[in-house]
Amino acid sequence: MIKDMLGGRSRIAGIVLLVFLFFLPLIMPRFYVYMASIILLTGLLATSLNFVLGYGGVFQFHHCVFYGAGAYGTALMLTKGGFPLWISFIVGPFVSALLGLIMGIICVRLSKLYFGMLQISLGSLVWVIVYRWYSFTGGDDGIHGITMPDIISSYGNAYYFTLVVTLLCLFVMYRMIKSPFGSALQGIRDNPIRSEMIGINVRRHQVMALTIAGFFAGVAGALFVVVDNTVFPDMLFWTLSLEAVIMCLLGGWFTFLGPMLGAAIIIALRTFVSTYTVYWALVLGIIMVFAIFYLPTGVLGYIEEKMNKKMIEPVIKE
Amino acid sequence: MDFIYAVVPPQVLNQIFVGLSRTTILFIVSSGMSLILGVLRIPNVAHGSLYMIGAFMSFTIAKVFGGGATGFWMALVLVPVAVAVLSLIVERGLFQFLYEREHLMLLLLTFACSLVFGDLVKLVWGAEYKSVPVPHMFQGFVPLFGGIPFPLYNMFLLIVGPVVAVILWLIVNKTKIGKIARAAAVDREMVGAVGINVSWVFAVVFMIGCLLAGLGGALVAPTVSVTLGMDHTLIMEAFLIVIIGGLGNIWGALLGALIFGLSQSLGILIWPQFGIIFPYLAVIIVLLFRPTGLLKSTW
Repeated sequence: MIKDMLGGRSRIAGIVLLVFLFFLPLIMPRFYVYMASIILLTGLLATSLNFVLGYGGVFQFHHCVFYGAGAYGTALMLTKGGFPLWISFIVGPFVSALLGLIMGIICVRLSKLYFGMLQISLGSLVWVIVYRWYSFTGGDDGIHGITMPDIISSYGNAYYFTLVVTLLCLFVMYRMIKSPFGSALQGIRDNPIRSEMIGINVRRHQVMALTIAGFFAGVAGALFVVVDNTVFPDMLFWTLSLEAVIMCLLGGWFTFLGPMLGAAIIIALRTFVSTYTVYWALVLGIIMVFAIFYLPTGVLGYIEEKMNKKMIEPVIKE
Repeated sequence: MDFIYAVVPPQVLNQIFVGLSRTTILFIVSSGMSLILGVLRIPNVAHGSLYMIGAFMSFTIAKVFGGGATGFWMALVLVPVAVAVLSLIVERGLFQFLYEREHLMLLLLTFACSLVFGDLVKLVWGAEYKSVPVPHMFQGFVPLFGGIPFPLYNMFLLIVGPVVAVILWLIVNKTKIGKIARAAAVDREMVGAVGINVSWVFAVVFMIGCLLAGLGGALVAPTVSVTLGMDHTLIMEAFLIVIIGGLGNIWGALLGALIFGLSQSLGILIWPQFGIIFPYLAVIIVLLFRPTGLLKSTW
């Protein structure tokens, strides 16, 4: 973490950023407020992915299933069940967590790449069901115009709600990573066999991490319902999942705030590129190639490396 | 024949044949993917895009040559070659620098390629639906079980599938490059140590795999409407097939394609709306009992 290592200066930067985020709806037009909300919740999605990908070393390639499940869970509770928002908003993430638990138990028997491929396939099964089940999920149209309670129906209030929930989730995840559980998880990432030897139940830890990550992805999905008032099956299509992986990679997948930064970069770029051209995927592809070749540790990782170099002069020069 | 129909209704038999012709396409594409996965250890997400490019290319070739028999055969020869050349350029230009890095990076690079290819197809061919004519000699139907008409072109596919399988078997088992590739799949360092340029082995294997994707695209083009997005559905199916077959095992890909194609076509008979779910269910059942696939994976 940059924050811990730099102390004063970055803390001030963090506070300035928070104040800016807090006053954003007052100074920015609606379009940017909406974009900021989307960045925040997508950043939450990417951070939850990074919880298992960067810290857990699990190749969770199809993370957006949980994002979509949370969104659909919330939306269906609201529209079909007629429950109040607050209950729906809590149920959605738990649906994701349950799905994460089930898929985790099935997939965790396999290692690295095999895990990822199986996860993609199981996730597509969920996608197919959502896509085809017209009577329940609305099929490829999704569900539009979900009415929100007055208190968060305005874009400004939806933004504040997103901001508060996202910050809360980030804080909880950060605490988890710094907890003994998080340390065990990182130990498993670095050396699963040794972790097993010192008495860590590797698979149980991984399943737990997957469930937690699923839960927070579900929170992001539920936030999307609040901000956009729609759900659609593309939310759990695998291309979006790989985009989330790119966000982690671009921002820096061994840093905590990296995925958030990556999400911000990609969403902002997409918004601006889309106004000029329809070939956004082409641009994204080229950015990815450059990121893979020249920024293997991501933007934040790169900055961290540079700063470390400045702060710690090597004692012995070769 | 009547006693057979008493046991298995003719619709079911017919549907099995439809499934088998779908299996052919799935096998050709996923065997290429399996080959790349086995030797290079890249889950090639761009494989579907190459298949899509193949289908679009055969549209262009059919247009240039007038949609007759010449156009069809030209497409069948030229498209795989063109796709193979394209893949070779990509492999030499990008992939070869990353073999030492993590698999995740390679996967993301293939995803980047698939994004770029997808938009390039949109740029070159536009976003509209395209249809490739079935050549004259394969138009029409043959009466199959119980007189139910079966498209002649699908019959042709049923012949192509085994031919490709045999050729692939010969290449992998009888040629030198096949043997080197199999060795490289098991232990690439050792292959390098005996003085073989592993990098070029990878390039050739990658090219052969992508050639199969192009061939699949050229073969499927007359039977479906050629659109953007056909890559996404196919890549999913190919992934599943490769997983249930066992990573990198070509015969596993054949077995997986059979399971996938048949469960899909029979599933549609049972439950038309959710027929597409049956292959996924089959995959889950297989994986619950054999988590690493039906046949032995290469690594």
